[in-house]
Amino acid sequence: MVMLIVTESMLFGSLIASYFFLRFKSAPVWPPDGIPTPSLKLPLIMSVILWTSSWPVHMADRAARNGNQRALRLWLGAGFLLGAVFLGLQLAVEYPEKLAEFTPTTNAYGSLFYTITGFHGGHVLIGLLISLWAQVQAWRGAFNKDRHVTVQNFTMYWHFVDIVWVLVLATIYLSPSL
Amino acid sequence: MASVAERLENIWGERPGLITWLETVDHKKLGFKYLYTGMVFFVFGGIESLIIRAQLAEANLELIDPETYNQMFSMHGTTMMFLFIVPVLSGFGNYFVPLMIGARDMAFPRLNAFGYWVFLGAGIFMHSSFLIGKAPNNGWFNYVPLANSEFTPGVNIDFYVLGLIFLGFSTTAGAINFIVTILKLRAPGMSINRMPIFVWGELALGLAIVFAQPPLTAALVMLELDRKLGFHFFDSTQGGDAVLWQHLFWIFGHPWVYILVLPAFGLVSMMIPAFTRRPMIGYIYIVVAEMAVALIGFGVWVHHMFAVGIPQIALSFTSLSSFMVTIPSAIQVFAWLATLVAGKPILKTPMLFVLGFVFTFVLGGLSGVMFAAIPFDLQTTDSYFVVAHIHYVIIGGSVFPIFGGLYYWLPKMTGRMLDERLGKLSFWLMFAGFNLAFFPMHISGLLGQPRRTYTYQENLGWDIWNLLSTIGAFVLALGILITFINWYKSMQSGEPAGADPWEAETLEWSTTSPPPEYNFESIPAVRSLHPMWEQPELRRGPQRPEDGAYLLASGHETLSTSMLDATPQAVVEMPHESPWPVTLTVAMMIMFYGVLFDSGLLAATGVLASAASVAGWFWPTGETQET
Repeated sequence: MVMLIVTESMLFGSLIASYFFLRFKSAPVWPPDGIPTPSLKLPLIMSVILWTSSWPVHMADRAARNGNQRALRLWLGAGFLLGAVFLGLQLAVEYPEKLAEFTPTTNAYGSLFYTITGFHGGHVLIGLLISLWAQVQAWRGAFNKDRHVTVQNFTMYWHFVDIVWVLVLATIYLSPSL
Repeated sequence: MASVAERLENIWGERPGLITWLETVDHKKLGFKYLYTGMVFFVFGGIESLIIRAQLAEANLELIDPETYNQMFSMHGTTMMFLFIVPVLSGFGNYFVPLMIGARDMAFPRLNAFGYWVFLGAGIFMHSSFLIGKAPNNGWFNYVPLANSEFTPGVNIDFYVLGLIFLGFSTTAGAINFIVTILKLRAPGMSINRMPIFVWGELALGLAIVFAQPPLTAALVMLELDRKLGFHFFDSTQGGDAVLWQHLFWIFGHPWVYILVLPAFGLVSMMIPAFTRRPMIGYIYIVVAEMAVALIGFGVWVHHMFAVGIPQIALSFTSLSSFMVTIPSAIQVFAWLATLVAGKPILKTPMLFVLGFVFTFVLGGLSGVMFAAIPFDLQTTDSYFVVAHIHYVIIGGSVFPIFGGLYYWLPKMTGRMLDERLGKLSFWLMFAGFNLAFFPMHISGLLGQPRRTYTYQENLGWDIWNLLSTIGAFVLALGILITFINWYKSMQSGEPAGADPWEAETLEWSTTSPPPEYNFESIPAVRSLHPMWEQPELRRGPQRPEDGAYLLASGHETLSTSMLDATPQAVVEMPHESPWPVTLTVAMMIMFYGVLFDSGLLAATGVLASAASVAGWFWPTGETQET
């Protein structure tokens, strides 16, 4: 799992490096072609929600270690909820707004914006699916003190997705305002 | 002790039959599969190269049409780079890493099976393009803008892009598996400074892949988005940049070249001690040098792009690191030479290949140093000089060690020796043919012949060199064919090899040839870098518990040890055969074909089937799950 995370980090790293490469190659105005600089309000709200979700996930991991079934189910559920709200905001609120301004095929900026955020969103989605999986197993009582690798792996993955969001936020939303 | 063997046989034995063939997770069977499949692709790539050489034998030939020619050299490069060397080295690695470190299997056996099937699937995927006459036709590094849909509208490039994304799953899975296996499953006492150099080579391969593969995947995904959905990553009219592809590709590409040679170096460092009857000189320097090459390999990618128009400072940096990387490479060469001189070399076939390797690789290294000098590079970019260089490095650095490895290790894998006379004949034909084929390319390159040219005018001074290259290529092919015949004959009627035909130093020789399904009756305690030379009890049969061995004969288990000192930590239960790796691969293949042919239905089916396979894979069975 650690190695998967390393290689995934490189993947995000490559995308973000491509973002800056294209940005500094292009005209001084960024975003180009009259696309407004992304507003920070919604992304910051989303960030808070996503980062908060690391807390219940951490607690779920602890509950699994202690073999506390009830707490495990509860915390997993809470983490799932927060993650789902984040993804919902991205898909239902942010993207429609943005698509009115520009699309992935407008120019390279659009391609970068949707690919990087979409790629992260995809990771959140996969995280949610793993969480769902872990919850099903948790309700079946498949985990105990000694057997909870799934929860452990899910926790690591989820924290990773949250940390990557720091970079995505900094790159996509903060850096154009600098 | 017989009862222990029987008990282990019951626990580890897989039922013979087609189902097991598909479901096996045994690292030895998978190693064989990798090896065979890789060799089949090697033959494909070889035939493509012979067609290319035939077309170039004389000026103004038109044996095949230009479009077919483009497909030939593209698939030749792609196949050799992605579907032959790394899979074959992974095959050796899969088979021998657990045996060399005294484990009963790889750390993640099902992931291992998945890696193999995806490799096969991706290979079939890319080669299926020939069925509709639309094989990739833009060279193995597939530069944009030529690869954009505007200039290459057919599905040719999509086969390449999607095939390589698909293959990436395999390489990544394999790499992670190697890293974890090597760090966690070494026999007790095999501290990190007692690890065979081949194992170090595979570790370097794993680490380099984990860092190098993602930039390629990112570039491929971006290109496919450009091609299918009209994104603009590489479109300079819309703020994109074609040079971005080159950066991403070579950030991957140059480490990849080292990925191709590092395990092969390790293999050489195994064969030299066995045939000079003395330990390698400078073990620690070789290990540090291998790791240094893997690391510096990430700093040299721009040297593929000297002619692109990059800021001077970046060029200087890359030029510097390109010169720098020669230092650890030279350290290894000198360590090999010193060991050869200090020992008493026995010139069996594997050793001949080692000597051929050293000679060829040094020549390839020399032309490599020339490229690191920017003014020289500007003159020779995209000429046959580059073609000569890459073949000296790759055939010299990887293919010769691989063939030496066949002669060295097949006896362990099949239990039968190969014929020495045929082996030597094969070596000399390969060596002579190789030099005849590729040395003239230096000259035709300096005379200005561009790579990938379909044909050429006569009287440019190129004719004789091209004819020699063509003859050499066919001699090389004949040499290779003789090894294959030798291989086949040995399996029919070769002399029995016995456990340790070479009296070599590492653990794989302590078990029978071929090894039983559980590898070792007891997991031996290791007290030396050369266990077979310095622990005489290993030569007398399975090590006994009073000598420190762990029996682990009551379950499907292997021993997990600490990362540096290899002190025993836990007994790990290993998973049994599983249908899911192959099912998942087929599902993913359906998905990729769906994307290729713009069929949403097919793609969706593939995605759902993949999800179902993953669910089946991870469904708790009461066994300990993989992490």
